[in-house]
Amino acid sequence: MNRKALNNFWDKLFKLLGITSISFGLLVLLALIIDVIIDGYPRITLNFFKSFPSRKPEMAGILSAWVGTIWIMVITALISIPIGIGAGIYLEEYAPKNKFTNFIEINIANLAGVPSVIYGLLGLGFFVRYMNLDRSVLAGGLTLALLVLPVIILSTREALRAIPSSIREASYALGATKWQTIRNQLLPAAIGNILTGIILAMSRAMGETAPLITVGALTYIAFLPQNPVIIKDSFPFMGISFQGLFDPFTVLPIQIYNWVSRPQKGFITDAAAGIMVLLILTLIMNSIAIFLRYQNQKRVRW
Amino acid sequence: MKKLLIETIAFLSVLTFYISPSMAQTKLIKIDGSSTVFPITEAVAEEFQKENTSIKVMVGISGTGGGFKRFTRGETDISDASRPIKGSEQQASRENGIDYIELPVAYDGLAVMVNPNNTWANYLTVAELKKIWEPESQSKITKWSQIRDGFPDIEISLFGPGTDSGTFDYFTEAICGKSGASRGDYTASEDDNILVEGIASDTPALGYFGLAYYEQNKDKLKLVPIDDQNELNGSGPISPSMKTVMDSTYQPLARPIFIYVSAQSAGKEEVRKFVEFYLTNAAKLVEEVGYIPLPAEAYQAALERFRKGIKGSVFASKDKTVGLSMAELLRMEK
Repeated sequence: MNRKALNNFWDKLFKLLGITSISFGLLVLLALIIDVIIDGYPRITLNFFKSFPSRKPEMAGILSAWVGTIWIMVITALISIPIGIGAGIYLEEYAPKNKFTNFIEINIANLAGVPSVIYGLLGLGFFVRYMNLDRSVLAGGLTLALLVLPVIILSTREALRAIPSSIREASYALGATKWQTIRNQLLPAAIGNILTGIILAMSRAMGETAPLITVGALTYIAFLPQNPVIIKDSFPFMGISFQGLFDPFTVLPIQIYNWVSRPQKGFITDAAAGIMVLLILTLIMNSIAIFLRYQNQKRVRW
Repeated sequence: MKKLLIETIAFLSVLTFYISPSMAQTKLIKIDGSSTVFPITEAVAEEFQKENTSIKVMVGISGTGGGFKRFTRGETDISDASRPIKGSEQQASRENGIDYIELPVAYDGLAVMVNPNNTWANYLTVAELKKIWEPESQSKITKWSQIRDGFPDIEISLFGPGTDSGTFDYFTEAICGKSGASRGDYTASEDDNILVEGIASDTPALGYFGLAYYEQNKDKLKLVPIDDQNELNGSGPISPSMKTVMDSTYQPLARPIFIYVSAQSAGKEEVRKFVEFYLTNAAKLVEEVGYIPLPAEAYQAALERFRKGIKGSVFASKDKTVGLSMAELLRMEK
């Protein structure tokens, strides 16, 4: 009886400890968010989104920054998602288990933990200098794609591993080939978890500053990359331009970083407003991830 | 399924067919370099692009040294610099066949700051500053009382910019006599706002950074007048201000800052336009962003140098720009 009381006591104590830990984290986060909102919300106007950076804090905006962020995110996604999912599927389903694949696996896991500034140095040396891409959207997107690639590979593998092997065996038993099994059984079942991993990786990439500063995006830019869709007045009335890929860019976290280090108080307000926009974007992306996971849990039933 | 695939391929190939073969080349001016000069160049770029919408200007912040590295490799058109080009950088530019035109654009003052609760440091001499900051003082000079008799016996805490900064190079050269000679046991940050907060929250603190940051934080900091004990440029301790920097009485912590224009790029219409715009509008914009403009004749002289395409550096040949007065600068430019 005594023993039971003691166990109950420990149980309660641990619960209390857990609640304290989580509320500590949440309180700090809440304090930060409230502080940012108080500082920044007067600047959140339509003009803030429509204006380029300026030397006058009250006229400065984030147009080039948020457009740049979208460019970079799209490029990063286009490059990293197909390669990441492909590599994940290969490693999990096709690759033989030997020393070589073990070596690759360990390295991918290690790469996921490499500090992001290292990727920036790689991007500067390889994409900017060696491949002569200069400080362009493409160089930035490629660098961030490298950064998120290990995370996407790992989450693809985790998602595939979570599928019971009975599904694979049942599919083979019905005469399906390996590719048919992957295409029709495994991918549909795993896609929710894969997407969750991808979105979390992308929202991390969106807030990255260090690799892009190294690549050379720390700049005053009051113009946008060339719009990829060109409207013409003659047939076919539309064209595609890849010029934007080679244009210089800036992104939200870098614009914020720039403003924070300025002497004028007004820029601190601008930075706070920029942080709000970035937080909201991250929040939206993370909610999509949660939504997808939820949908997936509902859909997949074996 | 198959039909959809074929349709997609057909659509894509039609689109790719109409991909515009490289758009009308938009004109881009690439500028990089010092974070000290950045606010001025940014202001000029902002105004310039309002008038010339077809020309794009990008201004990077890689530091004076980082900027020159790119400039001498031919990657940029203009380099912002808070000190004249160094011998090793001139060497690199010669090797890569890059000629340059050197143009002073403003004066910058360095301010020495203490906490507002500091009642004793009402002025400091250059010798005392040297005693505080020279490398030999590391972990030896730790108390205010060691600096001057009568100062209280409390620990001094020091704040300053990091070693990558041109401000650090300049301060150490002007005070300790050699660029880069400084004690290492101080709180260093590339972000001047962190230095401001550090000094503002620490009673025995002392630190230095650009005058523009003091102007924006007057309520949190106390400015220390500096006495260089040279009667020729004003006697007694002198506070940095627009006036004292302009009449060269605030010495030695005032310096000219520059832009370097690649002579190859100067041949381009858009770069020529930009530099002329820079020099004709600098006086107004420099003051607006918190720096000290040169006299009108100096901008005129710089403009003439640029139009004539006079290459090379006149300031690098002088050992240092420490204590270079406006009048001297003007004479050197001509």
